[in-house]
Amino acid sequence: MTRLGGWGRFPLAECNVVTARSEADVRAAIEAAPLIARGNGRAYGDAALNTDQTLDMTGMDRMLSFNDGVLVAEAGVLLGDIIHTFLPRGWFPWVTPGTKYVSLGGAIAADVHGKNHHLDGSFRSCVDWIDLMGPDGTVTRVTPSDDLYDWTIGGMGLTGVILRAQIRLRQVETAWISQETRALTSVQETLDAFEETQDVPYSVAWIDCSDGPHHGHSLLLLGRHARADELPGHWRPLEVRRKGKLPVPFGAPPFIFRGLWLRAMNGIYWRRGAKRAGTSLVNWDSYFYPLDALANWNRLYGRNGFLQFQCALPEETAAAGLKELMDTIAAAQTGSVLSVLKRFGPQSGHVSFPMPGYTLALDFPANERSLALMQTLDQITLAHGGRFYLAKDARMPEAVAKADPRAKAFAAMRKQAGLTEKFTSLQSERLGL
Amino acid sequence: MSGPVLILGATSGMARAVARSFAEAGHPIQLAARDINRLDDDAADLRTRYGVDVTLHAFDALATGTHAAFFEGLDLPQIAICAVGAMGDQDQSAADPLGAAMVIRSNFEGPASILAHLANAMEARGSGTLVGISSVAGDRGRASNYVYGSAKAGFTAFLSGLRNRLARRGVHVVTVLPGFVRTAMTDGMDLPGPLTADPEEVGAAILKAVEKQKNIIYTRPIWRVVMAVIRNIPEPIFKKTSL
Ligand SMILES: Cc1cc2nc3c(=O)[nH]c(=O)nc-3n(C[C@H](O)[C@H](O)[C@H](O)COP(=O)(O)OP(=O)(O)OC[C@H]3O[C@@H](n4cnc5c(N)ncnc54)[C@H](O)[C@@H]3O)c2cc1C
Ligand SMILES: NC(=O)c1ccc[n+]([C@@H]2O[C@H](COP(=O)([O-])OP(=O)(O)OC[C@H]3O[C@@H](n4cnc5c(N)ncnc54)[C@H](OP(=O)(O)O)[C@@H]3O)[C@@H](O)[C@H]2O)c1
Repeated sequence: MTRLGGWGRFPLAECNVVTARSEADVRAAIEAAPLIARGNGRAYGDAALNTDQTLDMTGMDRMLSFNDGVLVAEAGVLLGDIIHTFLPRGWFPWVTPGTKYVSLGGAIAADVHGKNHHLDGSFRSCVDWIDLMGPDGTVTRVTPSDDLYDWTIGGMGLTGVILRAQIRLRQVETAWISQETRALTSVQETLDAFEETQDVPYSVAWIDCSDGPHHGHSLLLLGRHARADELPGHWRPLEVRRKGKLPVPFGAPPFIFRGLWLRAMNGIYWRRGAKRAGTSLVNWDSYFYPLDALANWNRLYGRNGFLQFQCALPEETAAAGLKELMDTIAAAQTGSVLSVLKRFGPQSGHVSFPMPGYTLALDFPANERSLALMQTLDQITLAHGGRFYLAKDARMPEAVAKADPRAKAFAAMRKQAGLTEKFTSLQSERLGL
Repeated sequence: MSGPVLILGATSGMARAVARSFAEAGHPIQLAARDINRLDDDAADLRTRYGVDVTLHAFDALATGTHAAFFEGLDLPQIAICAVGAMGDQDQSAADPLGAAMVIRSNFEGPASILAHLANAMEARGSGTLVGISSVAGDRGRASNYVYGSAKAGFTAFLSGLRNRLARRGVHVVTVLPGFVRTAMTDGMDLPGPLTADPEEVGAAILKAVEKQKNIIYTRPIWRVVMAVIRNIPEPIFKKTSL
């Protein structure tokens, strides 16, 4: 038994962890006991935890073929590995989340989104097929024309174990991003800027949710892949270096989360960004994965772990909903170091998170106050017709998840297909999926 | 410096990582295992990631009679790495001497036999590197795994002698002494974090050891200290411990 959590290290549970290194290992595990597949454990909550059997897929990390941007790989391959292998050859993932330490299986199961969702959609857009092992151990190759494809992408491992998949990468001329930073002073200004820059491939805003003078200030980071002719002549355009990670000491003191500190940090961040506003060339790693530079930064939150809240709000209600969410967060003074705002484009799949509108993501230290605050945020989100991201969830009540009719449909589909007995996570049990 | 690398026991978790390290450094790879059908995906992985040539070869360490013929159809490698090993179950090995003999043969007789053939061929050529993956378990016999440990002790001594014999013949021998490594061999065991290596660490360490012509490496290096302490416990005390 291993004490296991998600990236937020809340909740933790004693799990029987089994490692799969081959298709035969997965089949044996499915025969043995109910299970949930686990990728690289970057989902924040309990989506990849099962006390009976948590099937570690990182041992299945073989890349099987690559032709002209089309990659077939096992589910345990990490996105960072894909980048290190193919960026030097001029290829980059079509869609990437804010960390490169996710597995291919995890990216599919959560149908992750990147800073380009408004133009390119979620991870689904690049997935040609998935080899999925079902409850009886048979393997089905599911393609976009299959109903099962739409339940599996975004289905959080609850339709079976993803063994391998074929994905398409994007051709790039350089490993650099041409970034434009805009410093903005209100939510409305930020939303207007997002709307006006819809044709820019990558966009994301860091927004201050604290109760200080900087409340609502944001830095909008716009980006696109730089062309070779934009780099200084002596740069090697596709050079990719493996960078070391700075370790974070175990268990940082909790006082760093008090409002005062946060206000100071957010304020400093904004002022620094505002000073540097303008266009610059940024390395792919720093642009897409700023947090990856600090190994185990999740430990900054100390022993109790932390929670993330991420909701999506539809276009029509986004402005009002965001204002109410942010005012409530500020009033609670529990603080949020990372508040990230993104524009979403069209919805896809049966259970995927994104919907046309905006998504807000925030971290909170795991404690009673945060849990109470998040319940209020749940209600505000629902009142504005929004929904929640399962990859970040560790504590939603069943009723909140089921307010989304798709959750009920998913539970019914699982039951009918005989998936409920075989594939379960602490999350699926909590949410009645 | 980028001649072919032969990996014996290529289905092993450690061997997979070793193969990646050497392929990344540009070496063509020869994978050898009992069941070569299980190697197709690993071969595809090495080709896809690193663009190197990979060939597959059937090899059973226990079938020592076939070892001489194993070379036919195989270019003599520049580097040969033997990861073959089997831990067995100590209680079973204690109860059943025939089972114990299989553990001993798998860890000592088989690996020593194939390395002896390779050593002779490399000596005749006047160049090459042999790498034997033994174990810290061979540094002192303990009640908890002395059958496996004694076989590894024999293998370690064999490698030491081979190194001595070939030192002036252009052939170098590296002894690898892993402590705990997260592979199928240790699945389900409760391993102490700071003393436990990932296979990738071992792969990188072996590549470095070959490039720098190291003689004996411990992975993780802390095991050199741990085993020095364990070796030096006086026998009257040691025999009463349960390590
Ligand atoms: C710093 C950070 C930034 C992030 N930024 C973003 C972001 O910008 N956008 C975004 O969308 N997400 C983001 N995430 C969340 C992350 O992308 C997802 O949680 C992703 O699913 C993690 O992948 P993983 O391999 O670690 O999977 P895990 O966390 O191990 O598992 C996640 C889910 O995938 C399932 N799963 C994993 N492998 C398989 C498999 N082989 N077969 C079936 N099911 C499987 C699990 O059962 C579980 O339900 C971020 C996370 C972190 C820590
Ligand atoms: N893991 C550790 O903590 C640890 C510590 C110290 C030393 N070691 C040593 O490291 C080496 C690699 O082990 P591992 O950890 O990677 O474990 P592993 O995955 O169990 O590898 C053992 C390998 O030996 C092969 N093998 C066994 N008998 C064979 C035979 N007769 N012919 C051919 N191949 C045979 C197995 O092949 P099949 O797949 O065909 O069975 C397998 O590939 C072993 O020598 C082991 O003793 C391991």
